[in-house]
Amino acid sequence: MNTLILREATRLLVTLILMFSVFMLLRGHDQPGGGFIGGLIASIAFCLFMFVSDAADVRRLLRAEPAAVGGVGLGLAIAAGFIGLVADRSPFLTSKWLDVGGIALGTPLLFDVGVYLVVIGAVLTFVLGIKEQ
Amino acid sequence: MAADHTADYEVPFYARAVVALPVALFAWLCTLVPAISRGEVVSWSVAWLPQRGVEFGFFVDGLSLLFALLITGIGSFILLYAGEYMHSAPHVGRFTVFLVGFMLSMLGLVLSDNLIALFVFWELTAITSFLLIGYSHEDAAARRSALQGLLVTGAGALAMLAGFVLLGSAYGTYSLSEMLANPGGLGADPRYLPILLLVLAGAFTKSAQFPFHFWLPNAMAAPTPVSAYLHSATMVKAGVLLLARTRPILGGTEVWAETLSIVGAVTAVYAAAVALTKSDLKQVLAYTTVMALGVCVLFLGLPVVGDGPPLGVIAAVTFVFVHALYKAALFMVAGTIDHAAGTRNIRLLGGLRKKMPYSSLAAALAALSMAGVPPFLGFVGKELLYSSALESSAWGFAVTAVFAANALIVTAAVLVATAPFAGDPGATPCEPHEGHWPFWIGSLALGGTALLAGLFPGPLYEHLLLPAVAAAAGQQPHYEVALWHGFNLPLALSACTLVGGCVVYRYRATALVALSGLMARLPLTGDRAYDALMAGIARGSVGLTRVMQCGVQRRYLLIVFSTMGVALGVTVWLKGLVPLPLQLPRASFVDWTLAAVIVASAFVTITAKSRLLAICALGVVGAATALVFLRFSAPDVAMAQFMVETLIVVIVAMVLLKLPSFRGEVRPTGLGRLRDGLISTAVGGAVALVLLAVTADPPQAQLSEYFNANSVPYGHGRNVVNVILVDFRALDTLGEITVLAIASVAAYTLVARHPRRRLRSGSRGAGIVRKPSAGGKGAQA
Repeated sequence: MNTLILREATRLLVTLILMFSVFMLLRGHDQPGGGFIGGLIASIAFCLFMFVSDAADVRRLLRAEPAAVGGVGLGLAIAAGFIGLVADRSPFLTSKWLDVGGIALGTPLLFDVGVYLVVIGAVLTFVLGIKEQ
Repeated sequence: MAADHTADYEVPFYARAVVALPVALFAWLCTLVPAISRGEVVSWSVAWLPQRGVEFGFFVDGLSLLFALLITGIGSFILLYAGEYMHSAPHVGRFTVFLVGFMLSMLGLVLSDNLIALFVFWELTAITSFLLIGYSHEDAAARRSALQGLLVTGAGALAMLAGFVLLGSAYGTYSLSEMLANPGGLGADPRYLPILLLVLAGAFTKSAQFPFHFWLPNAMAAPTPVSAYLHSATMVKAGVLLLARTRPILGGTEVWAETLSIVGAVTAVYAAAVALTKSDLKQVLAYTTVMALGVCVLFLGLPVVGDGPPLGVIAAVTFVFVHALYKAALFMVAGTIDHAAGTRNIRLLGGLRKKMPYSSLAAALAALSMAGVPPFLGFVGKELLYSSALESSAWGFAVTAVFAANALIVTAAVLVATAPFAGDPGATPCEPHEGHWPFWIGSLALGGTALLAGLFPGPLYEHLLLPAVAAAAGQQPHYEVALWHGFNLPLALSACTLVGGCVVYRYRATALVALSGLMARLPLTGDRAYDALMAGIARGSVGLTRVMQCGVQRRYLLIVFSTMGVALGVTVWLKGLVPLPLQLPRASFVDWTLAAVIVASAFVTITAKSRLLAICALGVVGAATALVFLRFSAPDVAMAQFMVETLIVVIVAMVLLKLPSFRGEVRPTGLGRLRDGLISTAVGGAVALVLLAVTADPPQAQLSEYFNANSVPYGHGRNVVNVILVDFRALDTLGEITVLAIASVAAYTLVARHPRRRLRSGSRGAGIVRKPSAGGKGAQA
């Protein structure tokens, strides 16, 4: 599986797929996409990279324990829920919006980033676990 | 607890400093006494779950004030005592935290206005009690006792919660004070009997009534300060408190009167008799505690005759107070003796009078109150017991039970007060000596209070006990209490009791033989029933685990899928959802092609000779399904499906590379294959039928209309699916990603090569899988 062509193509592809996954994450609110799909795409990028290298390289690329990535994601999602609660005592997970130059930025985006990270963390925790068997 | 007596020791600073908490609370509660004795009620509350009428509300009336004062007053002495007693024990800090935690939970319990909050505090006391009984967690007997106490009171508490919910639904409120303001509100509600029985189950288990009494003597495995505090003076009285609390609401019926008086009387007489057969000081005291609780229950059950004062309630409340004083004192003395002499076996102890002067004085004061000798408060209490028993309609029964129990208690009091202190020095493991002042100050103070209160009962009753009676009786009692009532029947009975008790003490050797013979002939005690039940549960779960967790993946799938197929199929059948006659759906050529691809790939999957081919074919099924989603304009679902299919193929391929090939594997043949085929067909058919049934009705448009209309204005997004996921129903998503994160970590511990090294704490679960009987062994031990 580890051919020269795949190895060289992967350098480019991983970058592209990761960028694409962020694109999917960000456009998700208006177009098909979102944190879950974006996270899956990013996980596939890392899997592709794993095919041409090994698990240690993937861990280096990720720069953190996959489980920690998932934990941070979960924390972000929960934190997004508390923002409304702290701001004006509205119920947990009520969305709050901020208009920045015509673009509505809101807590759901933070929540979606959390979902994105949890998906990456969960998939890579499992896949790397198998790979390192 | 045999400490080195000569060495000077240091009690940790915090163990002393923490005493300030109950003292401060006690002082604050004392400031409430004048207002409460005028009949006022102090209350405050915070909304907790307003939609369900659950409030974090507290109220102080006479009853809760009496209990709160007992909890903080005795708690002050106990914490002081515990600091000394536990000075050389491991984990003193932990112990102190548990003890203070218990005290606060118990305060919450007695002060709660809301039934649900009361239940929560009730369970908190059970949990802290569990931790305290099991404090010596290396001792198997202590662990068993801790679990037993938790399970018995916990089971009762669950029944009680059900009773509370019924009561709340009958009244339309969970607030106790609102219920008490309208005591007849239940009327002839058909729910009365279930409510009563469920609430009684909670009260009887907590207050160790026969046949649930057995956990309390076992709880003596706890360190003595705990026995003195939780298992005599406070926690076990929670059941009595609940009965007193709910008496205006649930009482006044024949069921109430009969259940309480019979259970209380049986408990009192039985426990008083068993107490004499024990040689361990703490066991004697524990059974007399059970007896006292029985007496309280009996007298709360006695109906009020005519317009007279509610003598039964006055007697019960008095007895709660009297008993808390003398029993906490005696327990502390028992602990001091144990600490000093290294044993609390009354057959070994003797002649401690000279060596432990303060403790023996405290024991004498407490025992005199326990025996009901004038002028102690115990005498006032006993007079009240007799006069109210004589006035009740079932006076013969009540007087007999009280007389029998009281006479035996006199014997126990004589036993506890004389056996360790009088006579010749016994053969104790250590040379006994008097402890530091915190060892005896508490018991001396409580014993002294019993004497003072007996000499001057007027103020005590006016300010503390009668307000409590008023709360439990639902009316203001007009009753003049006095030490001396003149020569009358109760006095004669009291005298007879004392004489009878001393006679039994004189001939206790004979009585002991007779009682022990009787006890041995009992066919089934609660303790043995508990053991049988626990062993049965353990056996049942071992058997179930053997069947369910056999370790063969194929059988797991078999069980899961047959269950699913049967459940779905039966539901569809019973609900009459079978959409007959089946109609061929109108679909385009592309749809039919996709369907054909799915069927063909499924066929390839089940007939494939190699795993890799099977996985790839399965991937094609998934991809084709994703295309179906795409055709029905669900691009988000289709995309997710594509990604998941890709990852599944990647992951499974990785696993397969590590596994040996099909060689050597036993694949089902013949009948086995037929069975698998049948199950697969059944599941597939059932799912298809459910889908057809669901789509047969026109879809509910409300939801999608709402989401479509509000997605942009509220959610600032045009992708409705995503807005639902991260905004409208974000809580669901939060739950899902939490499960995802936990599942990945759990799976990692299973697949990783060195799970122990990498995740030090996360790998213990593996042991449970391998040894299905581990839980059973623990419960039987």
